[in-house]
Amino acid sequence: MSQADLTMEGHSTGLTAGPAFSFPTKKLAIWLFIIADTMTFAACLVAYGFLRNGTPNWPRPFPGITNVALMTFVLLTSSLTMLFGLRSARAGDKAVAFRWVMITAALGIAFALLHVREWLELIDQGMTLFKNPWGTGLFGASFFSITGLHLTHVTSGVIALIAVGVRYKGGRYNADDIEVLGLYWHFVDVVWMFVVPLVYLLNLAH
Amino acid sequence: MTTAEDHKSNGIGKDLAIYVCLLVLAGLQFVIAYQKIDASQMFTRMLVVAMVEAGLAAMFFMHLWAEKRGFLIFVAVFATFVLLTLQFGWTDSFRMVSGAPFSK
Repeated sequence: MSQADLTMEGHSTGLTAGPAFSFPTKKLAIWLFIIADTMTFAACLVAYGFLRNGTPNWPRPFPGITNVALMTFVLLTSSLTMLFGLRSARAGDKAVAFRWVMITAALGIAFALLHVREWLELIDQGMTLFKNPWGTGLFGASFFSITGLHLTHVTSGVIALIAVGVRYKGGRYNADDIEVLGLYWHFVDVVWMFVVPLVYLLNLAH
Repeated sequence: MTTAEDHKSNGIGKDLAIYVCLLVLAGLQFVIAYQKIDASQMFTRMLVVAMVEAGLAAMFFMHLWAEKRGFLIFVAVFATFVLLTLQFGWTDSFRMVSGAPFSK
């Protein structure tokens, strides 16, 4: 083996021996994604607040809180089941971890179905992207944009939960992958904590 | 029960406590929604509760509290900077309410 080979080998080992910045690479990547996604959602919510503040006839179409309360409960509970899944994965209990991850996915599906049901009710009442029977047409565009973006995240999360869960059970992924997925899922929950008051609760029909 | 099992059950207890706190705070937002106060007060109160909720979820559900202190500071500073810089347009939205969005 030549000196060059030895140098290259040593260099390569130095690069891959530990994660960058003493922080696991996958976790750093998902946190950077979360920070970037925070900007996206924050921009949407601030734009929504700007429109709501600057529009006198802003609609208040929500007669009650039952549906949104149920959706909030389902999503918060799914964060808890995700935590249980991660704890089981860390403890090396694959079967239990897989079960918790699948329960989380099922709760995500329940949330998405409740969301779609609510959308269909609003569409039945005449709400579209550009008009609605209650006031400015901007409401439909902003409501469907923000809740649609969030619903897209939930749907992507459910697909990821199932895919990662199955691969974890099959031995291709490990507990670190469950943790990374969990961070994404909790982030979706955190976003919902801001969507509920701004988009729903401030627009209740009193 | 072994030490590891003790640690695990304590962790689950903490998770459940945070979960209950989040449910209570979410419930508080719904209570605020039915208070007879003006929209700006309602907005402020709800936003404060949402920020506490988000803080709890980020610190404990997302385990930010247990990460390296340098990383925690990085996330906090970055997030605060982004959220603050997004606030520049509010004064203009009040100008729209006054009916003169493009004059004065």
